[in-house]
Amino acid sequence: MAKFNKKKSGDLPAINTASLPDIVFMLLFFFMVATTMRETTLVVQNKLPYADQVEKLDKKDLVMYIYIGQPTEKFQSKFGKESRIQLNDKFADLTDIRAFIASERASKREELVPFLTVALKVDEDANMGLVGDVKQELRKENALKINYTTRKGEISGNKMN
Amino acid sequence: MAKRSAPEVNAGSMADIAFLLLIFFLVTTTIETDTGLNRKLPPIDDTEVEPPIIKEKNIFTVYINKFNQLLVEDQVMPLEDLRKSAVAFLDNGGGTGPDACTYCNGKRDPKSSDNPDKAIISLKNDRETKYSTYISVQNELVAAYNQLRDTRAMELYGKTLKEMEANYGDVNWIGNKEKLQEKIEKIKIEYPQKLSEVQ
Repeated sequence: MAKFNKKKSGDLPAINTASLPDIVFMLLFFFMVATTMRETTLVVQNKLPYADQVEKLDKKDLVMYIYIGQPTEKFQSKFGKESRIQLNDKFADLTDIRAFIASERASKREELVPFLTVALKVDEDANMGLVGDVKQELRKENALKINYTTRKGEISGNKMN
Repeated sequence: MAKRSAPEVNAGSMADIAFLLLIFFLVTTTIETDTGLNRKLPPIDDTEVEPPIIKEKNIFTVYINKFNQLLVEDQVMPLEDLRKSAVAFLDNGGGTGPDACTYCNGKRDPKSSDNPDKAIISLKNDRETKYSTYISVQNELVAAYNQLRDTRAMELYGKTLKEMEANYGDVNWIGNKEKLQEKIEKIKIEYPQKLSEVQ
């Protein structure tokens, strides 16, 4: 009988953590691959509104981004609280849009130019006046394909006032 | 000199380093939104051509004022009802003779639109309208068109337009893609998106 009575210690055996680094590395690689570094630094607030009838923007490299919104707090002392346009990394005026579109078009291959889309990333608090002016500029430059970038969700998420 | 085997490297802290990197990437990751409402702006027309005369009953006016309230066909309307009334207007099919609509399910009210091809939604907004309201309205109007197209697609082919488009984009889908595209085009012609924005 005593043969089977091995010493019974009360404490649990330590869990083998040798595979923990592997798991963590797996997660790490996932995030490294999935991360897209922002190309532009936002200088305007950009909280997009919700919509549920959305379509996907398929070709990322054929998209020109125009940001509109209130300057971020850092810039509010300098630029005030009125909504502004941001092109690339800088604040811009309405008159800069045409040059921006032209330079974006020049940087793409000629056969891809008709497929270029303008993505309007407009803050939900922005006024339509500025957006309307931007659209008018885009019409002048014949950049007619636009996309109102939104978050996916019920429109009841948009504040109405 | 006795040959010694290399001492084993202590890998216990590897997990910590990996965690550090992981947390860095977790924090810096921003999932970019790449969805939105696609729209097409009208080209600027310099030629002085008389615009075609459109009957008043074929225009569905939506006006958003600076207090973000909706005025639809000169009536105040809450946003929740917009989709329903837009569907009712587009699908009315009140036309007779060559303008008659053979596939509409509406009330055929002679005071409302003739057929979906003639029906135009005119959207007007104030300069001080908030963008979020504007997007909500755009969303509802697009939803009205999508709803009609889906119903029609279900009637004709037993599938919604979204499924058909998904099939069209799917490489593994077995079937005639040219025929499918024709079907999609047919539905889009039956219910064209005629959304005009007043400047």
